[in-house]
Amino acid sequence: MKNILLVLKREYLTRVRKKSFIVMTILGPLLIGAFYGIIGWTAMSSISLKKIEVIDQSNLFNGKFKNTEELNYTFSGEKLDDAKKRFSKSGFDALVHIPQDIMTNPKGVKIFSEKSLSIELQSGIEKNIEREIETIKLTEAGITPKVLEDAKMNVSTQTISLSADGEKSNSSVAATVIGYICAFLIYITVFIFGVQVMRSVMEEKTSRIVEVIISSIKPFELMMGKILGVAMVGLTQFALWILLTFAITTAATSLFGEKFAGSPEQRLEQVKKMPQAQEIEKQVAKETKGGGVYGKVMSAVQTLPWVTILVCFMFYFLGGYLLYSALFGAIGSAVDSETDVQQFMFPITMPIIFSIAIAQFVIREPDGALAFWTSMIPFTSPIIMMVRIPFGVPAWQIILSMTLLTGGFIGTTWLAARIYRVGILMFGKKPTFKEIGKWIFYKG
Amino acid sequence: MNNILEVHNVVKRYAQHTALNDVSINVPKGVIFGLLGPNGAGKTSLIRIINQITAPDEGYVLFDGKKLHPEHIRQIGYLPEERGLYKKMKVGEQLLYLAQLKGLTEKQAMEKLKEWFIKFDIKTWWTKNVEDLSKGMQQKIQFVATVLHEPQLIILDEPFSGFDPINANLIKDEILELKKKGTTIIFSTHRMESVEELCDNVALINKSHKVLDGPKKEIKEQFKTHTYSAEYLGDLSGEFEDFDVLNTIEVEDNYKKSTLKLKPEVPVNRLVRQLIDKIELRTFGENIPSMNDIFIASVNEVPQ
Repeated sequence: MKNILLVLKREYLTRVRKKSFIVMTILGPLLIGAFYGIIGWTAMSSISLKKIEVIDQSNLFNGKFKNTEELNYTFSGEKLDDAKKRFSKSGFDALVHIPQDIMTNPKGVKIFSEKSLSIELQSGIEKNIEREIETIKLTEAGITPKVLEDAKMNVSTQTISLSADGEKSNSSVAATVIGYICAFLIYITVFIFGVQVMRSVMEEKTSRIVEVIISSIKPFELMMGKILGVAMVGLTQFALWILLTFAITTAATSLFGEKFAGSPEQRLEQVKKMPQAQEIEKQVAKETKGGGVYGKVMSAVQTLPWVTILVCFMFYFLGGYLLYSALFGAIGSAVDSETDVQQFMFPITMPIIFSIAIAQFVIREPDGALAFWTSMIPFTSPIIMMVRIPFGVPAWQIILSMTLLTGGFIGTTWLAARIYRVGILMFGKKPTFKEIGKWIFYKG
Repeated sequence: MNNILEVHNVVKRYAQHTALNDVSINVPKGVIFGLLGPNGAGKTSLIRIINQITAPDEGYVLFDGKKLHPEHIRQIGYLPEERGLYKKMKVGEQLLYLAQLKGLTEKQAMEKLKEWFIKFDIKTWWTKNVEDLSKGMQQKIQFVATVLHEPQLIILDEPFSGFDPINANLIKDEILELKKKGTTIIFSTHRMESVEELCDNVALINKSHKVLDGPKKEIKEQFKTHTYSAEYLGDLSGEFEDFDVLNTIEVEDNYKKSTLKLKPEVPVNRLVRQLIDKIELRTFGENIPSMNDIFIASVNEVPQ
């Protein structure tokens, strides 16, 4: 035990003191913050103003198109042919021609431009025309614009989770997002830290220090000290990230919170123009009350079971890491060089990659059979269970999954130890899986 | 207990072959013991068993009279043939780490390290990264790591390989000093000159069997050919009553060198008297087999 702690201490200190650790610690949250900042910024300011000339031969729409930040309409009384000839020098980005018979022939509108138009521009023009036609037709039918306004009701649904403790409102959007983020984080970190263990084992073999060390301590102690030392580095990294992100977002909210909340209509406009985000953002905007989109998302996110998520994240990160790093250590001990180890990495990482691939299906049906079984099997549970948790998982399932994961990493550690103690002294052979399998049964 | 180590009938098998076949060796306390043998003979397997890195399939090992036990790890220092260090770790920190793995407390380790650093005059190396040192410097560090915890038994596998003559001498002096303090040293090597110079006892392992074992003097007696060598001016042709001339070669400056075999029961002095009657003697001595000769002779014999 004392020896494991000695090794743990060395592995921890050598890594934590490295410049790369400090850089990653600071860089991580900054990168995430910058990422979101950039998205927000480009959404707000990137789109340039487009000038549209409109030749309205039906005379129904004159001046009725609303100018926005991005589209400026100018109605002109020119003849179409003249306008077309003049177009390239006119300074307009597009020329819209509405034929006289638009009411009976709605497909007669033509948009002329030198470069092909964006879908958004096209649909913007179409919507404007549609809206006006709608108003005209309704007015002809006797319905005034005011009546129309009152008729529009903004329906939004609020999802509420029903449980023995009473009602708690939750947000399926936020759950999806958080689920994905957690799954990805675990995927990446298990990989990064697991590979660190593997590299360390290989370095000790190549530099031949391993024989000196195991004349003093048991191979198992060396392996465990290494695995636990790197685990401590990972936990330290996370703790620092959480602290830093917390500090940065608190600072950011107080600096930028007003800017974001200021013009809800503006924000909504920007957001609508990002087709990918349309569906989700509409939901979020409708779901929450008050404030800009940023504030709305934050309050949705606050309804999630945060404590459960954090605690489970820590557990599943540790469990998944311990399970996989043991295997990484084992294959690191079996080979002599970086190139040889590649052939073993794929089979080992296959379950993790598989988990990320099916995560989207699990999100669609968090309580389905696929979701249930993959959140129980120790090789996939760290990722899949984290995807499920924001949606709410019964306590017994979580406990069962955790127990199985614990059994899983004890099992892989035992297996890895038996491979490790043979592998670290074996040089010159290019082992196959079969060969490695034999090592498990070699006497101590 | 007079033997620091007793190996009793040890057998070690690996998947493809048997590395040690019924090997028994006794290592007395306080000697320098040479463990010899061709490559692949089984020496490293035996050393790993003594260090408890692996265990024998049959037989057992006694350390200072008691069966080999994890406690004994602290009493043994080991310098493997393939020896390395953590390249990116600082020298001082690394030696402290290795000493603690052998059971010293940090404080004890610091004290002893200071002594060694002063002795080898390497105080400036403390904060250097290992990769910044030359190979010879690294090997000095490795040697310090091996002996730092003052073990009763030190096992050195090819300790002189890679050392230049000056550093090799340094290590040799250290080994002799350790012996004076009562430490037993086993070293495994192919360099017969060092065995010639340093070892009190030797054992030879060939093809997983022990072939020789005992004090160096006795083994040399065993291999004696009972011949003598003389370098001289003059001529030794013809028959002699008490000895036979086995061969003669010319060496520089008209001198000749002959190998002479004494007839049984004839005392050496008679031979010498007869020689100085006939020739001008320059050198004369008994042909005592060198360890090199013994090694080659033993290994070439077909074992049972």
